[in-house]
Amino acid sequence: MTAAQPISRSRPSPRGAAIDPLFKAACLAAATMLLAALAGILITLTIGGWPALSTFGLNFFTTARWDPVAGVFGGLGPIAGTLISSVLALLFSLPIAFGVAVFLVEFCPTLLRRPIGVAVELLAGIPSIVYGMWGLFVFAPFFANTIEVPIMTAAPDGSFWQQLTTGVPNGANVLTASIVLAIMILPYMAAVLRELFLTVPPQLRESGYGMGSTTYEVVTKISLPYVRRSAVGAVMLGLGRALGETMAVTFIIGNSHDVPTSLFASGSTIASTIANEFNEATSPMHSAALIALGLVLFLITFVVLAIARALLGAERQA
Amino acid sequence: MLKRLTAVACATTLAFGLAGAATAGQITGAGSSFAAPIYNKWAQDYGAHGGDQLNYQSIGSGGGIKNIEAKTVDFGATDMALSVADLEKNDLAQFPTVTGGVVPIMNLPGIKPGQIKLTGPILAGIYLGEIKKWNDPQIAAINRGVPLPNLPITVVHRSDGSGTTFIFSSYLSLESGEWKSKVGAGTAVSWPTGLGGKGSEGVSAFTKQTLGSIGYVEYAYALQNHLTYALMRNKQGAFVPPTAAAFKAAASGVDWGAAAKNGFNVILLDEPGAQSWPISGATFVLVHRHGSANAKAVLAFFDWGYKNGDGDAEALDYVPLPAKAKALIRQSWTAVH
Repeated sequence: MTAAQPISRSRPSPRGAAIDPLFKAACLAAATMLLAALAGILITLTIGGWPALSTFGLNFFTTARWDPVAGVFGGLGPIAGTLISSVLALLFSLPIAFGVAVFLVEFCPTLLRRPIGVAVELLAGIPSIVYGMWGLFVFAPFFANTIEVPIMTAAPDGSFWQQLTTGVPNGANVLTASIVLAIMILPYMAAVLRELFLTVPPQLRESGYGMGSTTYEVVTKISLPYVRRSAVGAVMLGLGRALGETMAVTFIIGNSHDVPTSLFASGSTIASTIANEFNEATSPMHSAALIALGLVLFLITFVVLAIARALLGAERQA
Repeated sequence: MLKRLTAVACATTLAFGLAGAATAGQITGAGSSFAAPIYNKWAQDYGAHGGDQLNYQSIGSGGGIKNIEAKTVDFGATDMALSVADLEKNDLAQFPTVTGGVVPIMNLPGIKPGQIKLTGPILAGIYLGEIKKWNDPQIAAINRGVPLPNLPITVVHRSDGSGTTFIFSSYLSLESGEWKSKVGAGTAVSWPTGLGGKGSEGVSAFTKQTLGSIGYVEYAYALQNHLTYALMRNKQGAFVPPTAAAFKAAASGVDWGAAAKNGFNVILLDEPGAQSWPISGATFVLVHRHGSANAKAVLAFFDWGYKNGDGDAEALDYVPLPAKAKALIRQSWTAVH
């Protein structure tokens, strides 16, 4: 090595030039591996779930009879539960995330900006299982006593309101799960929305204020229209996260395979069903049905995230 | 640097894992999470007494069966016994290790533990959603003088597939023809009613939090959570409380001689004996009969557990097997070579 040094000092470039193609190949391999992994997961899920999909066909998506003993599997319950709980979570979380983002951008004193930002990040850092335990032991009993029971007793007999609130008042239901989910996706949505509001050119906002607009008018008439498409993308990102959330939901959704017919009914999601049953699924068809559910979840999430990316990307390029 | 160390550590673990399958010194097992605490406790003591190291993965009975069939472990552990036909097909030997009781628990204001009596058919009626109130005439008929509340019954069951559910649903199938034809027995079943809690802790939590609820858990959870339990009617018609003695009585009531011819495929349901608790079950181990280098080491481990591990089992709220069962199991091991 020492003997070779003078030579390399006089010709500094060749060694680097030789490494560059290797470096390029390594990066390409890394990128290809990612795509291959994605394709591999898709293919494995399809092969693994095929016995269930081919046996039950469309019934797998349109019936809710999930009977591991008889070997009959219809996934409508978990599929509906996944969509309902995620959309509800989104509805609860969106106004708050929006409020947090606007506050941080428009009103927040510089002194508070960091603490609030850190608090939002901490919320994102709490592990899912902790939310689940908190939901089961703290939030569910609280929710049952202070919200569920009063609402159920107040609902007039035979009304739509009563239909919407029938169930067992113990806090394990679709609504509780959605609220906990909403708390979990809040930090992501708040962070993305805040970033979006920061992309609004200062000239636009300042012109607004210069014309005598109130903050409310600037936010609703200038900032929001400017980031509209991306905001939908941010919402979809939140939805994508809610769809796949597993442990917290498993603890508090009540885990019934029926399609939930009221807010206080037990339900299940695709992720919770897989987490619950995969370990002890002894019959091949049971495993196949769970894998097929996994494929459905993969596809739903993929579509949602693809839409999110398309909308976010379009805005950034424009 | 840290990363490299981790990589080296991983590689070493891998190498040891692979070597473990071929040489003595380490045995690998996978399966039942119900049995994991006792196997790990036995392994600790066995290792301390100079025995082989056990690497047990608590991945669930389904995984245990798949792993032993694929020969990736030295033994598989399952709460749901395989049939003789399945054992033959994969050239497997099967034997039980410990048993455990399943206990219905409830949240009933004004009722003390052991004050209420239940029977198998009533329990099936409740879980079918046909008996909806605690003061139902069927329950009242065998509970004269007990202040049964006019509360709706909320059924709580396990949401995750589990051996506990298998034992419980097998009992309901045995006691009720309607349950057998409508629902059946399995590690996960299609529940006609009620809500599912994740794990025994989930079932206990929901039962604690819901007035008028009924759930079922392993004996250890019923003890820890101080929940109201029921006296269950056994085969002799006696109402017995869930105690270690009652589970033991059930285990000695089994016709082990007949079981031995059947791959020890037993569930301890409604066994004879005036003291027997009617709902308990065993957990099983599967090993390959031929061609497995480590099968003997596995048997040596469980032999040690049978000899020295009864105290550990009882401390963890399992019920050890009776001596005659152990003797028959040891006899059956001659088929493994």
